[in-house]
Amino acid sequence: MSDSSVAVHGETNDPALRHHFATEEQQRNASSLGMWIFLGTEVMFFGGLFCAYLIYRHSYFGDFGAASKSIDAALGGTNTAVLICSSLTVVLAIWAAQTAQRTLMIAMLILTMLFGLAFLGIKGKEYKDKFVEHHVPGASFSFEHEEIPGHPDQFANPQHAEIFFALYFIMTGLHALHMIVGLGIFTWLLIMAWKGRFTPHYHTPLEIGGLYWHFVDIVWIYLFPLLYLIDRHP
Amino acid sequence: MFNNFPLWPDRASTAAGNVDALFIFLLIVSGLMTLLIFVAIVYFAARYRHRPGVLAEQIEGSTPLEITWSIIPLGVFMVIFVWGAVVYFKSRTPPRDSTEVYVVAKQWMWKLEHAEGQREINELHVPVGRDVKLIMTSQDVIHSFFVPAFRMKQDVVPGRYTVAWFHATKVGTYHLFCTQYCGTQHSGMIGDIVVMDPAQYEAWMSGGSTGPLSASGEKIFAELGCATCHRSDTQGRGPNLQGVFGKPVQLEDGRMVTADENYVRESILDPGSKIVKGFKPVMPTFQGLVSEEQLNALVAYVKSLAQPGAPGTKTAMAEPSGGSSQAQPQGSKVQ
Amino acid sequence: MATATTQPVERENYLNKEYGVGSWLLTTDHKRIALLYLISITFFFFIGGFFALLIRLELLTPASDLVQADTYNKLFTMHGQVMVFFFLIPSIPAVLGNFLVPMMIGAKDLAFPRINLLSWYIYIVAGILILHCMLTGGVDTGWTFYTPFSTAFSNTKVIEAGLAIFVSGFSSILTGLNFVVTIHRMRAPGMTWSRLPLFIWAHYATSIIQILGTPVIAITLVLVVAERALHLGIFDPKLGGDPLLFQHLFWFYSHPAVYIMILPSMGVVTEIIACFSRKRIFGYSFVAFSSIAIAVFGFLVWAHHMFVAGISVYAAVIFSILSYAVAVPSAVKVFNWTATLYKGSIHYDAPMLYAFGFLGLFTMGGLTGLFLAALGVNVHVHDTYFVIAHFHYIMVGGAVMGYLGGMHFWWPKISGKLYPEGWARLAALIVFIGFNLTFFPQFVLGYLGMPRRYADYSHMPEFQVLNVLSTAGATVLGVGYLLPMLYFLWSMRYGKPAPDNPWNAAGLEWKSTSPPPTFNFEEEPVVTWEAYNYDELDAPNKQEVPIVG
Repeated sequence: MSDSSVAVHGETNDPALRHHFATEEQQRNASSLGMWIFLGTEVMFFGGLFCAYLIYRHSYFGDFGAASKSIDAALGGTNTAVLICSSLTVVLAIWAAQTAQRTLMIAMLILTMLFGLAFLGIKGKEYKDKFVEHHVPGASFSFEHEEIPGHPDQFANPQHAEIFFALYFIMTGLHALHMIVGLGIFTWLLIMAWKGRFTPHYHTPLEIGGLYWHFVDIVWIYLFPLLYLIDRHP
Repeated sequence: MFNNFPLWPDRASTAAGNVDALFIFLLIVSGLMTLLIFVAIVYFAARYRHRPGVLAEQIEGSTPLEITWSIIPLGVFMVIFVWGAVVYFKSRTPPRDSTEVYVVAKQWMWKLEHAEGQREINELHVPVGRDVKLIMTSQDVIHSFFVPAFRMKQDVVPGRYTVAWFHATKVGTYHLFCTQYCGTQHSGMIGDIVVMDPAQYEAWMSGGSTGPLSASGEKIFAELGCATCHRSDTQGRGPNLQGVFGKPVQLEDGRMVTADENYVRESILDPGSKIVKGFKPVMPTFQGLVSEEQLNALVAYVKSLAQPGAPGTKTAMAEPSGGSSQAQPQGSKVQ
Repeated sequence: MATATTQPVERENYLNKEYGVGSWLLTTDHKRIALLYLISITFFFFIGGFFALLIRLELLTPASDLVQADTYNKLFTMHGQVMVFFFLIPSIPAVLGNFLVPMMIGAKDLAFPRINLLSWYIYIVAGILILHCMLTGGVDTGWTFYTPFSTAFSNTKVIEAGLAIFVSGFSSILTGLNFVVTIHRMRAPGMTWSRLPLFIWAHYATSIIQILGTPVIAITLVLVVAERALHLGIFDPKLGGDPLLFQHLFWFYSHPAVYIMILPSMGVVTEIIACFSRKRIFGYSFVAFSSIAIAVFGFLVWAHHMFVAGISVYAAVIFSILSYAVAVPSAVKVFNWTATLYKGSIHYDAPMLYAFGFLGLFTMGGLTGLFLAALGVNVHVHDTYFVIAHFHYIMVGGAVMGYLGGMHFWWPKISGKLYPEGWARLAALIVFIGFNLTFFPQFVLGYLGMPRRYADYSHMPEFQVLNVLSTAGATVLGVGYLLPMLYFLWSMRYGKPAPDNPWNAAGLEWKSTSPPPTFNFEEEPVVTWEAYNYDELDAPNKQEVPIVG
């Protein structure tokens, strides 16, 4: 059973090097490519939803505008800022790992997770608001007498508005689910960091975990304007 | 062919000949290609069978050959494509002045109503030699109206009209099948198309009709109070419907759509989606208040207003597609 | 000390390295995982085949007298779902691909061995879900799940079936992901892209489709399940939704899915034809790029399943012309395979018989695709038995023949035993005859107008003779499939031990022992020769080409 690494710069028997890889560089490149491809599948996954949303948005523009008006853009905007900050803290955590600043790395990881929790908390508030206003699709859904933005004499079609909310909950819900998974991943990264597993030489899990987190951030950056900022009139 | 063992379907419409011609061409092309490949394989496998001491000759390839056998098939494919597209265009473009029949599909039967008023279940009587246009919708799930002898098929979709047409050329009775899986009795949702010679058809027509569909539509129009707003002058809160059908309509938001069957249907069920320019969005929705048959009658009535005075069934539009504009079909349905 | 026997001492290999259920269920060895998949997909193949048998038995007589209509509707639905998602899509990639991809490129394992095992467990979870669904009532929507029937009208276990297929998709995605990373990053020194066996190119193209396409069916099923469970209106016209949107989303994956099912088989056939003609494949680069072209173009043609669905004439025309474009690379491959036979030195072993069968049947199936892409003809034959015959020619006559050919070709490598050649050739012949008898009559039935998914045709008794022929063929086909199962199992115990390279084939996998050791090669190979170097392998004064630099 050989560790048949082509011994370069004397890096044999590194515990982080798995047996089927010849070099650490190969392992790192493979992990990185693997995560990028996985993110590609996630793009297609969300893509189907975005496609459905955009088609209905085009067909039911006014009704979707009215429904969009009823979700809180201030909260959504805050969440956008929260996530962008959290991506910054991820990058700082990785930089800290690269420069052997353990305390900073751990602090940034914790901060990232706090931002993530804040995001989920704000989302929770939004969902609760929708529940209270009877905008959750289902038996108790109600969207009567809501004006279409820009057409003060016209009311939105409740059925079409219900489609908006169905897609809203599915899209943001799926996104939130990914956030929760992200928090799980970062919990594990935090534990590894605490145990001193990350060095300037090896911090691949941080990098690919960071990639995942950035992706979840980017999905939100698309979701926010599409859902919240359509046809906003002051 | 054999009676109990037919190998080719009846040809009973003008389209059948066109489709069969293309199909036979495809059979010939495929047959030749298959023969070519089979003969090549059998010949090479035999001729170059392994013999001791005889080595295979390593041939890398031949770019000219690759290009040739890419271009030639592509050329043949393009011929087939164009031919197929021409046949298809024709089959999806009902001629003007077609006799119209409204079809409502439901689990698991076909309900048909001639514009002249006759109703049928699972059977459609038509005269030979006349263009017949079917305006179809479903009450529940997707079905498909398929008449093999006419080489005609069109999915029947809930929530909108789809259209098909045929021109029967042979008297006789032909199978009608539902061919989009629709539940338990999908294989029972079958019927007959009865093609009759014109005299017999007239005789059949005169028995048992409740009057033309457009007349029923006129009654419903009155009963539901449509006339209150849609007056036959310019004073109404809704547009005057005289002469509207088949013509372009300018909407509030600037779009231009054509008033076809799907437009009329949508205007009744979802009036807010297309407001005519100059009018306010005050029309209530009638979703849930009218059945598919009543909708058909109303559409027939609005059509009849296209020629004031004549209870005609003139259609200006080739096919309803959710209100088509000049540039491309628009509307609330995914194309 | 070894005693003097005529049997060599059995070397340590991946099969005997460790024993015990745990060593199999927790393995990360790609070869063991391949065998785990082999057992699972064979199981589902026979389940799907059993449903097919019931369908064909029912169709012996016009009346719906064997099973009730509802049961029949469940039978064809579950036949389709099991065969597509639990047999065809995993089959070659998860069994032969898993086993061979690392070996063919000179690697010790796939890039992510634990994810490989995870993908099998995901498949098993999905399999349990679908089995449970079938045993507690089944689903009757057709494998295509069209709305609003599936979301608002069916009384069967649509949600469970949808979830099972949703889960199975992740198994497919992870396999594809693993292959792409492995092929990019783990090729042995000297194994350049142009030296890769075409089996690898085929799996690379397949993996691209798995990665990009499967997530779309996943989200579509999420929407269907959500709609059904929560009475939403995304696809239901009564609630403002659009049933055609479902069809577009569904076919966006399900068309490329058919290329997932056929591309690996094309890769297998390429290897077999090269080996048993003793020469390099004619037009290597063209075959390689055709695989990629098929994968790319395959994403552009989905609405050719919707020509009569109510799409616009203009959309139909675009999808028709694109469908002809995707036919060209497949035609190019058929020509290249045939040209490879020219001036070859051809052997008729069982794998080659399966490859011949593939060539004939795939050609016929592919040509009937031209019929379907022709708009004018499509209107008549859509949703009839013509379509059923077309896709079975490709999936059974093509993909399954390739799968069986590959199983025979690599069986000695996988098991270390030789299968009985006489029985194998007989089985190949039986399969070929049975297949044609089953499915050729269906082309005629389709043009006559017999619709798909009909339990009862008592009003059309003129369809009976062709149906009887088809059922007779199905019985023969069933026997043909049973035989390999039996003699492969037999060979594991009683088969002759296989040499390292019984076919004197090219390819790194043959330079290892049969069966291979756990880490595939004693030392990492260094490749200095081109693929398909049959001239060197057959040279009269053959030098053993060293594989270690």
